[in-house]
Amino acid sequence: MNQRFDAIVVGAGPAGCACGVNLAKAGLETLIVERGKFAGAKNMWGGAFYGPSLYKLFPDFWEEAPVERYILRHKYSLLTQDASFSVDFTSKKYGNPPYNGFSVLRSKFDRWFAAKAEQAGAVVATGLEAEDLLWEGNAVAGIKAGGDALPANVVIACDGVNSILAEKAGLRGKISPRDIKQGVKEVIQLPRQLIEQRFNLRGEEGIAWEFIGSFSRGIPGGAFIYTNKESLSIGIVVQLSALTEKEISANDLLEDFKRHPEVENLLADGQLVEYSAHMVPVGGKAMMPTLYTDGMLLAGDAAGLTLTTGLVLEGGNFAIVSGKAAAETVILAKKTGDFSKQSLAHYPELLKQSFVLKDLKTFKRAPLLLENPRFYRQYPELACELAEKIFTNAGIPRKKLWKMFRESQRGRISLWQMIRDLFRIKKSI
Amino acid sequence: MKTTSIEDKLAVNKYDIDKDRHIQIREDICATCEAHPCLYACPADCFKLREGHITFSYEGCLECGSCRIVCDKEAVKWALPRAGFGICYQYG
Repeated sequence: MNQRFDAIVVGAGPAGCACGVNLAKAGLETLIVERGKFAGAKNMWGGAFYGPSLYKLFPDFWEEAPVERYILRHKYSLLTQDASFSVDFTSKKYGNPPYNGFSVLRSKFDRWFAAKAEQAGAVVATGLEAEDLLWEGNAVAGIKAGGDALPANVVIACDGVNSILAEKAGLRGKISPRDIKQGVKEVIQLPRQLIEQRFNLRGEEGIAWEFIGSFSRGIPGGAFIYTNKESLSIGIVVQLSALTEKEISANDLLEDFKRHPEVENLLADGQLVEYSAHMVPVGGKAMMPTLYTDGMLLAGDAAGLTLTTGLVLEGGNFAIVSGKAAAETVILAKKTGDFSKQSLAHYPELLKQSFVLKDLKTFKRAPLLLENPRFYRQYPELACELAEKIFTNAGIPRKKLWKMFRESQRGRISLWQMIRDLFRIKKSI
Repeated sequence: MKTTSIEDKLAVNKYDIDKDRHIQIREDICATCEAHPCLYACPADCFKLREGHITFSYEGCLECGSCRIVCDKEAVKWALPRAGFGICYQYG
């Protein structure tokens, strides 16, 4: 029989590493198992990370962590075939420590995070897959990995959206493609100076730019561009069920997006260096699995913890905060020596006190709202057409704004429908 | 800008390809399926329809899990590649 660990964390992503760091710091015998050759080898995200969850763990982490650029500018654009209507927000406040967010590439970042867990005293085993759970009666009592039985008091499954372990523990059933957005992304290398010129940035400044509109052909979802130091992360995040219903692949939409006149120039002379894909669980509170059982907890994407409001789509900080809450629960359980369900019930209580479950509750109606196809077609068309009318000088007498609006709105969406949509927005986000 | 094919995109990725395929499909079930959601769900074009038959190639798989979620006929026997094999992101 192998040494019994206090805790085995499965997956060295942000949830697993945050969990491992906190467990090890508290002196618990902690093993982190990662199936990739190195931490980050299997991981991708859009590319921006926000909020204080990481600097609470590592003050001044930006001094040492491999972050790309701090996000100074936020831009939202509504696109039609040949036009774009944008809102662009920049705040110099975001340029001061602790900053508001960073663009981050996971392959480097997760390796750094796993090294921090190692420094804190956790054992990180890469190239090792947790194939199954070990059971003692009805309680999870470790994992089977690489053909070995590795016993532990508690297993924290941070193995991502496809969490095999959550399924094996019976904590989660089949996921519906309606609750999944598929993200596909390209990393495009560009010289630093070109990035700074094209996006109006200086030094380490970065932009997070989100798009919705015609390129998604009515499929709920959007596109993004994040600036890295010497590359762009560009991708599309779209509802999986709608892709198969409409018989369109996400890559076709990404190619359409890349050829939009607003986007094409930004990418010129860039070189593709990676193409990646990932599923994002966007069902919110309704799709959340059971978060714990005897001897086991779920954190991060494995727990379905991402927030989608239409204006934000975040998972990284939810992963870190849930990983930390799982660690705190296990540390407390270790003191009493009780790793039963009753003892681990502290975990959802901690999540309820944090923004994780509060945000998911506040925005529980957002997933349904965002399935509204009018956001992706009619509204971007309306905004662009109205702007075009305002700015076009056709050499004829001008009309008042309301009249122009009514002309564009009629036949596209009824006023009544718009009021109802507005009411739903108010209620949902 | 010209369109980049999925093959060209996958060609820049780093993989350690195992000799055995990690995902199996039940071609007999696929033959009874009309919708073929896998064709549109797979971001790496691993599923192809050739003369009415679905074929699957595992080498370019990005391990996203979409095929497993969309196949409601349970024709996709889904698993991850063995530890250390499969996609190895250099950027992520």
